[in-house]
Amino acid sequence: MKEYVMGNGAIALGALAAGVNLVAGYPGTPSSEIIETVAKYPHEGIHLEWSVNEKAALEVAAAAAYSGARALVTMKQMGLNVASDPLMSVAYIGVKGGLVIVSADDPGPISSQTEQDTRRFAGFSRIPVFDPASPEEAYAMIQDAFACSEKYHTPVLFRPTTRVCHAYAAIDVPDRWEPASFEGFRKDASRWVIFPRLSYANHGKMEARNAEIARDFSDYRFNTVEGAAGPRAILTSGVSYAYVKECLREHPEARIIRVATAFPFPEDFLLRALEGVEELLCIEELSPWLEEQALQVAGRHHLALTVRGKLDGTVPHHGENSVALSGRLLADFLGLEPGPSPRDCSGAPPLPVRPPVLCAGCPHRASFYAVKQAMKGQKAFFCGDIGCYTLGNAMPLDMVDTCLCMGAGITMAQGLRHTNPDAVCFAFVGDSTFFASGMTGVVNAVYNEADMVLCVLDNSTTAMTGHQPHPGTGRNMMGHIVDRVDIARVLEGIGVRRVVTVDPLRLEEAVQAVRSCAAEKGVTAIIFKSPCVALTKPTGKCIIDGQKCIACKKCIREIGCPALITDQGQVRIDPNLCTGCGLCGQICPVGAIGGAEQ
Amino acid sequence: MKQDILICGVGGQGTVLASRVLAAAAMEAGHPVHSAETIGMAQRGGSVTSHIRIGAGAWSPLIPPGGADMLLAFEPAEAVRNLSFLRPEGIAIVNTAATRPVGASLKDTGYDGREMVAWLKDRCACVFVDGEAACRPFGSARYLNIVLLGAALGTGRLELTEELIRNQIRRYVPARFLETNLKAFEAGLSLKS
Ligand code: SF4
Ligand code: SF4
Repeated sequence: MKEYVMGNGAIALGALAAGVNLVAGYPGTPSSEIIETVAKYPHEGIHLEWSVNEKAALEVAAAAAYSGARALVTMKQMGLNVASDPLMSVAYIGVKGGLVIVSADDPGPISSQTEQDTRRFAGFSRIPVFDPASPEEAYAMIQDAFACSEKYHTPVLFRPTTRVCHAYAAIDVPDRWEPASFEGFRKDASRWVIFPRLSYANHGKMEARNAEIARDFSDYRFNTVEGAAGPRAILTSGVSYAYVKECLREHPEARIIRVATAFPFPEDFLLRALEGVEELLCIEELSPWLEEQALQVAGRHHLALTVRGKLDGTVPHHGENSVALSGRLLADFLGLEPGPSPRDCSGAPPLPVRPPVLCAGCPHRASFYAVKQAMKGQKAFFCGDIGCYTLGNAMPLDMVDTCLCMGAGITMAQGLRHTNPDAVCFAFVGDSTFFASGMTGVVNAVYNEADMVLCVLDNSTTAMTGHQPHPGTGRNMMGHIVDRVDIARVLEGIGVRRVVTVDPLRLEEAVQAVRSCAAEKGVTAIIFKSPCVALTKPTGKCIIDGQKCIACKKCIREIGCPALITDQGQVRIDPNLCTGCGLCGQICPVGAIGGAEQ
Repeated sequence: MKQDILICGVGGQGTVLASRVLAAAAMEAGHPVHSAETIGMAQRGGSVTSHIRIGAGAWSPLIPPGGADMLLAFEPAEAVRNLSFLRPEGIAIVNTAATRPVGASLKDTGYDGREMVAWLKDRCACVFVDGEAACRPFGSARYLNIVLLGAALGTGRLELTEELIRNQIRRYVPARFLETNLKAFEAGLSLKS
């Protein structure tokens, strides 16, 4: 059957077709839809889970692969940092079944903190990596990745990028599939228990094996050479290959070398492809990985080859590639006529900037506002974290002073307090992030006698990445109703002095709660509990009484809800956006806003 | 057939559904189709685009600048933002009702889209649709995407039939909104200018 799916869907279907037995991961753009796709298709006999974080996911999957099962782990590239501890070690230990780790890179970056390159992680951890250029290839390649993992008993990385993950294509998939059969775990301490001696022995074996894989990859079907032999060639991979192909549609003679297996690098393949080539242009995203490999190959084999790319300044280091950028580079390099030029848009009126914002009615807005009100006139620092609520940084809320990585808000609030004792330090963390990597930070703060206020923004979902369940929601990916892990009880168990739960949409109560927690010593916590508006039905709509409204615009200035707009000097509520959360009504000085019943 | 269609708008306007319906309709007509979506933070009220590439030979998931046959703009400023993608002979279908960014309300820049519409007028072949007025009979802006799909088909530039699109609306729209959406589609179709 043909299925029209996004690249992430293609990866999921490919894994199902490969007989995957266990799938685990943590949500993160652009990787989240892989697990969601597995859940949507028949998956009887497969264990499926959102793990609390990427490290947990990889460990669960590694043990499955120790047992001979085929296991898939999914995450975004930042998640691989979290999972790097087990990754580095399992690379030495190896697996019995198949273990494929999808780490989706995000050139741009479009939804990430860094422009890191998973291919480099493959080189660092000495395990193979596959790099698809399209959803169709991703479907085929994920199956090759499982085959490679099983053949060489090694974990394998799989690295799509945002434009592959979020591109849609029609994929031919089998009508049914079955999870592979496997032996189960067999005790063998000499194999599964990592000790320095074993690591030493396995390190040697890994490198010998990698040489073998590199030879294998030299004949791999997705490492391709196209066009006629000549003095100039292009070296590329991933979606950049698709851009290059698009640009050179009218030039089938141009030599394009594409390497889909960045590590172990297929040196024999590249040597063959470079026959007669004098100048090589490397078009790739993120790090100059292929370029460095080409330079090494040229050096080792004394080739008279000029290598152009990021390292010599021909190609920018940062940002994502595009057809436009590739077109310019190729036109220069090959001396071609530039392709169709974009339409001339000079003289366009200034465009409104449109940064993403918290949705109308989002309870996070109310939580931030309550803290802001409570801390008026006091020196206070606000440490944010990763999730929708990072958007609390925007004006007029302006409530995110730091944001670093998952869970860091808590530990950073602690660090700020130790060095700025005159400031009240707040940490804002979402419910999913709390479970992912917030809890250890709270233990750290309690143990090390921090004075700080923890604000858990509990909207009962993982909103930013598309509303995945987590341990606090009482549902899991097997479709089971499970006991909720209660955040308040977790905090009390850790020893947080005072834990208050409030509804952020009751402004006065919320402000009081913040004031009382901020006045106390030690670690205190406020759980702002209110569901994500994207998941709940609006309770109604609010309207502004034009007779009462004095057009002071306080509501707009204070909270910046997108439903509050000005229309020829009048303040109005856009009924298409308003959820009736009632926050603005609690701010209006003349009581002009009414309507929704809470 | 080879057609590249760029849909642009603001996160939350329903561009993804419009893109899905178009892609599915083209597939049902037997064409190879590729598309790409903005997914992630921008969906919270930021600028979003969907690229739909119908026909064989498309390599890039995104339409190259200057390559789109049609620009289906859900918002006037977004039309201007993405106009560089439109081919010289291409056509733009533009909703004239502006979505003000929060920033604009804060500073009261008075942005209302009119300046955008005026500028677009003599830049390219345009069909302007007053989305607000067109959606009024249905009582909600959520029908905008289907109205605009109707208007797009109404230009006669899409090599797709009404029936193909209607079938996909039936497939993708939840049952309780289906009837109104089919009416919205008719309304869009009858806007042809
Ligand atoms: S009630 Fe006020 S703050 Fe809440 S969604 Fe409506 S306009 Fe926005
Ligand atoms: S999706 Fe939910 S959590 Fe995210 S901004 Fe909207 S209301 Fe807030």
